[in-house]
Amino acid sequence: MLPETSIPLLSITADAVDVQAVVRRAEDEAGAGRHGAVAVFIGNVRGENLGRRVIELQYEAYEPLALNAFGIIAAEAGETWPGVRIAVRHRVGRVAIGEASIVIAAASPHRAEAFQACRYVIERVKQIAPVWKREIFDGGEAWIEGATADPFDTAARRAAYERACR
Amino acid sequence: MPITILVFAKLRDLVGSPQLVREVVAGSTVEDVWQALASEFPAAAPYRTALSAAVNAGYAKFSTPVAEGDEVAFLPPVSGG
Repeated sequence: MLPETSIPLLSITADAVDVQAVVRRAEDEAGAGRHGAVAVFIGNVRGENLGRRVIELQYEAYEPLALNAFGIIAAEAGETWPGVRIAVRHRVGRVAIGEASIVIAAASPHRAEAFQACRYVIERVKQIAPVWKREIFDGGEAWIEGATADPFDTAARRAAYERACR
Repeated sequence: MPITILVFAKLRDLVGSPQLVREVVAGSTVEDVWQALASEFPAAAPYRTALSAAVNAGYAKFSTPVAEGDEVAFLPPVSGG
């Protein structure tokens, strides 16, 4: 049985994200200190966007496909940086200003791969994960729309890799 | 044959419901399902060029055939992270 504090390696939650729990999960099964580096990305909700004062964000996800997407992305990272282990936790529902909407931890034997893999994962999440944010701002609200999700688009995958490695 | 259609975010707002059950003819593809939906909800039609699709919670192409009872999801441009 998993300890009470354990979370899945790839997960979606309506609750505040415990950053340390995500880090621990990435380090799980590392075995005898195999992971010398863990890089963490925390995406926080900003209080300002496009010149408007943001009150909160409301996230929604197609959860089973989003979990599949995280799995695809973690597998891509594993192919690119062998030995890297990825943990992802994404919020849904209302997320207040300053709270984390996503936490990614990339554990690796060495720091270069950990940093690169962590950056790659957030770029790919933004490209393909079926998650949407609705911005509630001073004076209105609006769905934010970014990339057309296409996991088969190799140019997008290459662009994410290049951002991760520059 | 009946299938379930899921729509999200702004697309759900345009359709007015997160989930619909519709009849499609055997041999239909994801594209056929979309075209029927866009006919029923013309305000959603312009989304086609920016849309992605999934069948039974796996990414799918618009040429993917659908089977009875499938869950076909249409995804507007994403904004996670």
